[in-house]
Amino acid sequence: MSSHVESLGSAQRAWDPRILEPVEELTDAEEPPPAIEMIRSAAMRPVLFRPKWFWPAVGVLSALLALGFAAWVVQLRTGLGSAGYSDQAFWAIYEANLVTFIGVSYGGAVVSAILRITKTTWRAPLTRIAEATALVTLPIGMLFIIPHLGSSWKLWELIWPPYWNLSSPILWDFFAVSTYLLATCVFFYLPLVADLAIGAERLAQAASSPGRRLLYRAYRLLAGRYDGSLSQRRLLAGAIGLVAIMVIPMAVSVHSVLSFAFASSSRPGYLETIFPVYFVVAALYSGVALVVVVVAAARRLFHLEAFIERRHLVRLGFIMVALGAAYLYLTFTEYLVDSYSNTTGNAAWVYQTILGRYWMPFWFYFVAGGVVPILVFMFRRTRTATGVVTAATLVLAAMWVKRLVIVIPPATEPLVRSPFGPTGALGLGWGTYHFTWVSISITVAMAAAIPLLLLIVFRLVPILPVAEMEELAAAAERATTPTATAAAGPVARLHAGNGAPVGATDHAEVPWGDGDA
Amino acid sequence: MSSDEQEQDETDRAPIPSAHQQPVTVTTGKHVSRRRFLGAAASGVGLAAVGSVSGVLISRSARSAAAPARTATGSAATGSSATHQWAMVIDLRNCNGCKLCTTACERYHYLHQDQTWIHVFTMQSASGEQYFMPRPCMMCEDPPCVPVCPVSANFRTDEGLVLVTQQRCVGTRICMNACPYQARYFNWSAPVPAPRQPFPQEPAWPVPQVEGTVGKCVFCAAMLPSGRIPECASYCPMGVIYMGDLESDVAVNGIGNSVTLSKFLTENTAVRFKTTFGTHPRVWYITGHGQTLDTDKEVA
Ligand code: SF4
Ligand code: SF4
Repeated sequence: MSSHVESLGSAQRAWDPRILEPVEELTDAEEPPPAIEMIRSAAMRPVLFRPKWFWPAVGVLSALLALGFAAWVVQLRTGLGSAGYSDQAFWAIYEANLVTFIGVSYGGAVVSAILRITKTTWRAPLTRIAEATALVTLPIGMLFIIPHLGSSWKLWELIWPPYWNLSSPILWDFFAVSTYLLATCVFFYLPLVADLAIGAERLAQAASSPGRRLLYRAYRLLAGRYDGSLSQRRLLAGAIGLVAIMVIPMAVSVHSVLSFAFASSSRPGYLETIFPVYFVVAALYSGVALVVVVVAAARRLFHLEAFIERRHLVRLGFIMVALGAAYLYLTFTEYLVDSYSNTTGNAAWVYQTILGRYWMPFWFYFVAGGVVPILVFMFRRTRTATGVVTAATLVLAAMWVKRLVIVIPPATEPLVRSPFGPTGALGLGWGTYHFTWVSISITVAMAAAIPLLLLIVFRLVPILPVAEMEELAAAAERATTPTATAAAGPVARLHAGNGAPVGATDHAEVPWGDGDA
Repeated sequence: MSSDEQEQDETDRAPIPSAHQQPVTVTTGKHVSRRRFLGAAASGVGLAAVGSVSGVLISRSARSAAAPARTATGSAATGSSATHQWAMVIDLRNCNGCKLCTTACERYHYLHQDQTWIHVFTMQSASGEQYFMPRPCMMCEDPPCVPVCPVSANFRTDEGLVLVTQQRCVGTRICMNACPYQARYFNWSAPVPAPRQPFPQEPAWPVPQVEGTVGKCVFCAAMLPSGRIPECASYCPMGVIYMGDLESDVAVNGIGNSVTLSKFLTENTAVRFKTTFGTHPRVWYITGHGQTLDTDKEVA
């Protein structure tokens, strides 16, 4: 206990909010890695010690969840019309939410899978948080299928084969997302095995209560017969590497297929060949933004400042901004090309989106989700942890609004109109989607479910990937022994990498600090 | 039927349905329908082993095979044993926009007021003249609403009717997205209560509607076998709506006019709506206000 408190103290000292160095000077590879003991106690601290704010936070979030549930019951009783839908706005908020919430789960895939494959060592302390975020947001996104369906009580028809129509993109969505969920669970679990074994030791030492005993038993059960032997570690590392590779194409497929549900129609604004890429990049973008926010919050709330430093946030921010720029480019391409096609449908859709009835949400996206994050990263003064977190929060809001802008305008566009009417004004007018308390409540409840489930997850499993960080720390120590540091060149690196017991630690001269320095 | 109307360009001509010598619905040999394209693609893609996609394409072409094909050899070669191929003709020259068709339909099927299965659009012609255009379901021969349904709730009968099994519909509304004519209407709230019906609720007799599912014009499918024309046609005081059968080549409206369908369409250069979408509607329009109805690309 006392050593734990001490390590916490040093953890807080390691980060001083008054220091505002620019990112380039934040590299501190020479700093010694925190002791293994410190990693273990920090990782298990949220499990062993309940923060004071825990129950109040759970209470507030559960109340929001209950409100959403009540709204859903109202919707079941009165029909989907109570969520603001109409024949001329047949898809709107739930469909946008489905895309948004499944999209934010992509942060886990990027931070954990892509950075793992590219052997970026600084990601290490972030991986558990990123994977947990993916694990939590994906099922929440999938749950939006339920309020989205007009007859959600017939959901089993989508799950059970007799009526399946394999030519329907909705069914592909269903398969792709379910597979991805399975992969996300496995991807969360595999790196956890070693940590559970370590965590079980901690739990055994800690004062015992019925809850802890239960948790201990769960840890032992889920850790299997893991004892940290070299062969086991090799096997596990191999499996994690394999799943990491598999998760990436799966993630790409999920959002591509999700976009097909829109694109496989003749509707202006949906019939876009750019959609799969557009959706995938949007998902990655908002996913990294969510990881930034969750990492920043977890760092504060669970006192992980010694492990997760500002440069981690800033680096994640760089990835986010790069994806944001790509997304801005795709948006530009989409609207530019469509505005040249002067068919009534396309012209009206582009006009209404950018300058007409949907100009406000569109330009909100453009400013908050397109321009501001880039500006924040352009200047050293704003390229701080606060700047990154602010930008990421804006991106999350903007990308939700952008999904509304993608979904709603085409769904409200009139398709039967007079070819000779003044700008197609005759015929049917544009439909309107009205937000109602029902749809807003369900949306807010699902959003509240993310922090709620994350809090629960972090109180159940080690918040830091202990085994991985320890391995990197050990490798770093080897790398900083006089023989290894004699040459900082590639040979020494290779040597250090070979010395490490398991792969994935080639850039071993630094721990989770600075792989790319 | 005036002679100047007949002097239109050949390419703008209506397809001529004539049951015995002529194709049921005319297509040129070069015409590549969605169905044929997908069918052809299916054989090619199968080799590429793109599992799901080829499965989809094959299932799509298999489904299409059940529908009467547009061949150049007439209905006998369609492979369909159906005795009827239902079609509708809407004579826009006479429509006065009274919307009695809409109200008759809504009353008959117990629909909410905004569930305008036959919707009368107010339109403007090239000369600036206002005209009215009733739009039922087009009963597309290659209906985009069918393949997108995840639970196979939409289907096309061998008599050419596109229907919805509402008991099965889960309400994804992806068919509303797919229909280029906005002909589908969702039951956003509880349906209008209907008294007990002599027949069970079924695709051809969707009364009462089912909450949380999609409904649409069914051409009054339950009446057709007994020789009755749809409600909209019987209630139209102007005789605008003709119900026809491509097999027997007859069409009838609600004020007692009966015409030879193929001749009626040819003489009045009937057109179909939005033919560029490849849907091949079974609803023909007789214009008279200089409308194009997006038919410019149609080659008949
Ligand atoms: S009832 Fe006849 S005249 Fe009246 S709107 Fe319908 S089609 Fe036109
Ligand atoms: S008009 Fe629409 S609903 Fe009717 S068959 Fe064609 S695509 Fe389907």
